[in-house]
Amino acid sequence: MSSSTALATVGGSRTDARNDVMAVNAAEEQYVTFTVGSEEYGVNILSVREIRGWTPESRLPNLPDYVRGVINLRGIIIPIFDLRARFGGGATSVTKRHVVVVIQVGERTRGILVDAISDILAIGHDAIKPPPDVDGGMVDAEYLSGLYTADDRMVTLLNVEKLFSVENSELDSATRALPALERAS
Amino acid sequence: MEDLSRFKQTYFDESAELLEVAEAGLLRLTPGEVDSDEVNAIFRAVHSIKGGGGAFGFTELVAFAHEFETVMDGVRNNTVPVTTELVDTLIRANDLLGQMLAYAREGDPAPAGTTDGTVAALRRHLSGGAPQVQAPAAAPAAPAPAPVYADDEDDEAGLFGDAMAAIAAARAEEDPVPPGKLRWTIVFRPRPDLLMSGNEPAFMLRALRRLGDATVECHTDALPNLQNLEAELLHLSWTVTLIADADVDLDKINDVFEFVADDCDIRITAEAPPPAAPEAPPPVTDPVPVAAAAPQAVVAAVPEAPPKTLGADAPKAEAARPRPNGGGAEHAGLTSHTIRVDLDKIDRLVNMVGEMVITQAMIAEHVRELPPGEFQELLEGLEQLAQHTRELRESVMSIRAQPVSSVFSRMPRLVRECAATTGKEVQLVTSGETTEVDKTVVENLVDPLTHMIRNSIDHGLEGPEERERVGKPRAGTVHLSAQHRSGRIVIEITDDGRGINRPKVLSKAIEKGLVQPGATLSDEEIDNLIFLPGFSTADQVSNLSGRGVGMDVVRRNITSLGGRIGVYSTPGEGSRFVLSLPLTLAVLDGMVISVGEERFVLPLTNIVESLRPKAADLHGLVGKCDVMMARGEYVRLVYLHQLFGIPGAVADPTRALVVLVETEDGSRLGLVVDEVLGQQQVVIKSLEANFRRLDGVAAATILGDGRVALILDVAGLREMSRHMDSRAPRPPSSPVAALPAPALEPV
Repeated sequence: MSSSTALATVGGSRTDARNDVMAVNAAEEQYVTFTVGSEEYGVNILSVREIRGWTPESRLPNLPDYVRGVINLRGIIIPIFDLRARFGGGATSVTKRHVVVVIQVGERTRGILVDAISDILAIGHDAIKPPPDVDGGMVDAEYLSGLYTADDRMVTLLNVEKLFSVENSELDSATRALPALERAS
Repeated sequence: MEDLSRFKQTYFDESAELLEVAEAGLLRLTPGEVDSDEVNAIFRAVHSIKGGGGAFGFTELVAFAHEFETVMDGVRNNTVPVTTELVDTLIRANDLLGQMLAYAREGDPAPAGTTDGTVAALRRHLSGGAPQVQAPAAAPAAPAPAPVYADDEDDEAGLFGDAMAAIAAARAEEDPVPPGKLRWTIVFRPRPDLLMSGNEPAFMLRALRRLGDATVECHTDALPNLQNLEAELLHLSWTVTLIADADVDLDKINDVFEFVADDCDIRITAEAPPPAAPEAPPPVTDPVPVAAAAPQAVVAAVPEAPPKTLGADAPKAEAARPRPNGGGAEHAGLTSHTIRVDLDKIDRLVNMVGEMVITQAMIAEHVRELPPGEFQELLEGLEQLAQHTRELRESVMSIRAQPVSSVFSRMPRLVRECAATTGKEVQLVTSGETTEVDKTVVENLVDPLTHMIRNSIDHGLEGPEERERVGKPRAGTVHLSAQHRSGRIVIEITDDGRGINRPKVLSKAIEKGLVQPGATLSDEEIDNLIFLPGFSTADQVSNLSGRGVGMDVVRRNITSLGGRIGVYSTPGEGSRFVLSLPLTLAVLDGMVISVGEERFVLPLTNIVESLRPKAADLHGLVGKCDVMMARGEYVRLVYLHQLFGIPGAVADPTRALVVLVETEDGSRLGLVVDEVLGQQQVVIKSLEANFRRLDGVAAATILGDGRVALILDVAGLREMSRHMDSRAPRPPSSPVAALPAPALEPV
């Protein structure tokens, strides 16, 4: 299966990451970074449970387009969120090369669909810069935990807990606001 | 430290069970007639809680349990009469014991004076009878060869010294048994590990002394020399010669060893049958060599010995022997064959078996595509695997199965309280308590049953005077029963009260706008109005009902368990509520359907039939929705692809399929789907665990190909379709002649 090849490559980089852990100093934390289009995002490695290749999801009815659906992760059912769609970039048209980052948020396990895994970075607390004021309410800074510069790239560090907290009213109202009929046609 | 807390946990778990045992027993206590088995069971329960509490140093709890136990002991010895007040006090005491346990569990001291009132009440009952524990039945006449303790609470240190003195006295004593008394010889040889189980032989010896004049001889022959001595093992055994009144029988002596019966070798013999005791065993007349050699006529412990004489050498035989006091037998049997397992572990097991079922279904699906004939052995093996999987699943499910008695046993208490509040006389009859259902189902039954029984007593039953006027017995009867019926559990709550007051229900419903004025409803329809949200016939809010928790909540609870509820009522004769529930919440019989690319599972219990409608059967209704004529009834059509926004589905019902479904309240819907793929048992998976609840979706499952399918919630779908106010474009009347309807087996 394609997923196994994807896992193998990713697994390789993870092993490297483990070796790096030894060298990491106490004030640093490790981040898994991935790309969506030309942008690079990072999440704390401690919340990443596994990285797997894309498997077809089952759609869930009447939800915003960034909720792609659910998949079977060894017997438990986890939702898959589309990071591109979450930031208004439209739904990702998936290929076999797309990757799902499985994230543990509290008691819950979720998957985030991204284009590719890019790196594992050890980032010192001091190196994280606060996000600038983003105008027009386009970006709710709540789910950004900061910005980091790696070489010449900017990595947006995400607070996944906030980003995909489906318990909040936003998603509920989004659900309600979507007339089922329009979607049908 | 960790170990101790684990023991504590076990203690609290066991105590919780014992409290239930005690409560169940107390509720069965009837003034006037004392069932000694019941009383013993309660006594044992309280005693065990006390004993364990002592081991952990819960002094307050132990002190209170002691008071409780003392009264139970009085009941056991018939010195405390069983009255209604006593039962009430004891029930309160049991509750309080539970509270004390809760404090102990939290490590909080109980607030000062917590037990005072109840202790006082308990003591009041004692003052009527002779408190047995405080004043042991000391042998009155004949100066005892050994000192008899007036109070045996604080004499541990002195016991063995006195025992030695007693032995000396016994050596000198060769005189015959005084008239009217019996001489018992009790050889008590505990297993070396007796102390490990927290038992203390000194207590038993002391208890024997309470029965009469006891002479205790300690055998030290098994004592190893000091180098080899293991302090934690018990190397001593004892011979007790007990001269007791004739009313001390074998049962009483056996009671002393009740808790250690399995851990020791006891031989009890009586010298000469007492003429006064009718139950006493006849002497063995057969000249058994042992008996003949004995200087006195001894009832020897031979296998043929009368049932009252106990002689069991092997601990195994001991365990198998029914306890002399009936009630214990069952208990002993249970404890030796059960194992306490963390529920999480079982859940994991259930989950894994579920996975296996899915994998097996997946393999089966692939194998079906293989050319037949070439893979005969594989097919056969797979067939066997399927069978084993099914069996395994059933076995695992049965581990979680629990008799409904754990819920039913809470009801007598509820009935008592309701009867007291309403001033009605109520008799609760239960049947089928041993019917087993999955633990989660059992747990979720508590609230609905509580509510319905309250309801039956509050609304259903008449007061005693009214009942007498209409020629019914003063006490109303509420019958609670459980039984298995075609793979489901059916629970019925029947009362012989006044039945549902239909005119009142109807007028209330009209008043609340739930029913249009002037509507004609059948009796059945009126009865079902009580399940509507916001419905209550109670004119005033009483203590019991009308607090906003209506039958609609009951129905919702039952529905969420995948069950349904029905009501049948006859005015003047009573009402019957029938609950039908699945046996387990982990697996569901479902029908897999497809809509576009998506697949869904419909619970089989909801499906009436599926058919392909003819164009002539389809009609538009005031431009809002489509209805279909099915078996003489118009049924609203719900297009699943519209409801869920699925592209690429078949929109024309005459080319698609309509699955006729029924919700718990009997209302029907026609679900328009592309195809019905077949019936399948599916393992229910939570969608909420990692995501959230969705409208119209009950849960999820994993199909044979590993993909997730949503399990539909029919009642939810109906709600959703109601909110769709604009209607989908009418399907064009299809020129294609309707195919014969492929009706499924009605469920």
